[in-house]
Amino acid sequence: MSDSRPFEATKKGGPGKQLFFRKYLGCSIVTICGLFMIALTVSIGAFLIFKGMGTFARYGHSVFEFLFSSDWSPMDSGTKNGGGVGAAIYICGSLLTCGLALLIAAPFSLAAAIFITEISPKLGAHLIQPAVEIFVGIPSVVYGWVGLTVLVPFIRDTFHAPMGGYSVLAAAIVLSVMIFPTITTVAADSIRSVPVMYREAAYGLGSTRWQTIYRVVVPAAAPGIITGIVLGLSRAFGKALAVAMVIGKTRAFPAGLLYPTNNLTAAIAADMGNSADGGEQNLALWSMALLLFLISILFIVVIHGVGKKKEGMVE
Amino acid sequence: MNTSHSLRARQTDRIMTGIFYCVGGFFLLLLLVLAGYILINGFSDFQPGLLAFNRNGIGNRFFDTVYLVFLSLLISVPIGIAAGIYMAEYARPGRTTRALRVSIEALSSLPSIVVGLFGYLVFILMTGAKWNLLAGAQAVSILSLPLIATTTEDALRALPHSYKEGSMSLGATQWQTIVGVLLPACFPRVITGIILAAGRGFGEAAALLYTAGQSVNINWSNWNLLSPTCPLNPFRPGETLALHIWAMRTEGSLYANSTEVANLSAAVLILMVFGFSLLARLISRSLGKKMAGQAN
Repeated sequence: MSDSRPFEATKKGGPGKQLFFRKYLGCSIVTICGLFMIALTVSIGAFLIFKGMGTFARYGHSVFEFLFSSDWSPMDSGTKNGGGVGAAIYICGSLLTCGLALLIAAPFSLAAAIFITEISPKLGAHLIQPAVEIFVGIPSVVYGWVGLTVLVPFIRDTFHAPMGGYSVLAAAIVLSVMIFPTITTVAADSIRSVPVMYREAAYGLGSTRWQTIYRVVVPAAAPGIITGIVLGLSRAFGKALAVAMVIGKTRAFPAGLLYPTNNLTAAIAADMGNSADGGEQNLALWSMALLLFLISILFIVVIHGVGKKKEGMVE
Repeated sequence: MNTSHSLRARQTDRIMTGIFYCVGGFFLLLLLVLAGYILINGFSDFQPGLLAFNRNGIGNRFFDTVYLVFLSLLISVPIGIAAGIYMAEYARPGRTTRALRVSIEALSSLPSIVVGLFGYLVFILMTGAKWNLLAGAQAVSILSLPLIATTTEDALRALPHSYKEGSMSLGATQWQTIVGVLLPACFPRVITGIILAAGRGFGEAAALLYTAGQSVNINWSNWNLLSPTCPLNPFRPGETLALHIWAMRTEGSLYANSTEVANLSAAVLILMVFGFSLLARLISRSLGKKMAGQAN
């Protein structure tokens, strides 16, 4: 590539070989790498489907039982059949913690995004934006560790929670801290891309800043804000260890916000290592992983749907 | 009546502005308290013994963390950059390109525990190996691939068209243009992306749970690459700092001062995150200056 005489044919090889090295070799390598990423994604999906379908194909459980039964007592030896594989408790735990985390994080994130873009862009760029970036970088186990050593005892002492503070509430708070940077960043980007004209028109009609924000800017940026919220929700579903550290891992529906329960990711993280490969429990855990995969695909589809709507609006 | 209406509107405006300032301040405070707590907690019980390169210190785990991320970058950087080049320069609109975009999006939104399970299945169960660092590095590289690929693509697309036109008009082929002109020009941005990917790798734990294993048994006088206690052997199991914090949840009483080790691990991880995001910021700022200089 350091050869600076592209048109001169050198003695050995001739122009054909030269052309190969200058043009086609690199092109083929990068194409192969691109195709490799497609193959990787497809094979992850294929392996998950292959393993995850085992519960239904090999052990004859119904999808309905897996999704809606709360009888979780799979066999863990060899290929024996007979236990229940109802994952309703785990699914409910995931939905509950993520939903609650979203309720906590979404208003705060939206407010932070508005602060960065509309109220004080200067402070936003110099203080809040870097802070958000650092929040993103803090590893999730560290959040879990702080949750375990600070939040759990705090909930135990303040609310006198049963099970020593391990609770849905603790998991939701930890999750909300982890997803707020995602929502804030995406929402701020979309608010920034609202044309200045919109604001000028609103101010010109005599609106105050707050009226401009909630009557004009936020509605105009709504598709982007929704995208951010969906992205945050999809992150929340996938977080495993931090949640597992504070949720208490009790196999029961929670009686309230202060009660412990369990969720999909925590169950996989805790039990996969102890289950015999190919056993009923093992395959049921794979089915949970497949469910997580399908949920993340579903969120991608939703985001694309919202994006399409946005394009439609501009037209 | 009109004046009272606008008065009320202005009052609401002031109140809302105050609320937004409060939210902004709250996040700053939260970060300061969180970081301060972790750092103070981590270093308050500090004894030199905690840094030791044995099972009671964090030395070995620190080394494992850095080595594992290094191995993962060895895999993800070439493939990621190549895929980014493909998308920015060669991909024609069509079914393959769409499939690639969807793949990258799917990869980047995969829960890391799912990637960990895939790694466990393919790199451990199917190869019949024991838990090892290389398997962990492969799992982490799956997580950082989409980030590096999209950063490279964006960086290439952000370059002025004249760079490419200038190079091609001098007779260079497209590939020579990419390697000789475009990649060097967007190098700082690509490096920033790689640093961010590395920073994420340091904190990864869920993907390593069933791939890299949880033992720290390194003999620093053993440099036989095939031995399971040699520090540089990629086929030995190794526990990273993040995994250690996770393990502390249940194995708190296993070793002496394990809680202090976990506190210190958290503090060190936070410091690494600060350092890496600062580095990324510095590089992108110097890039901005360089670009401004070229424009004059």
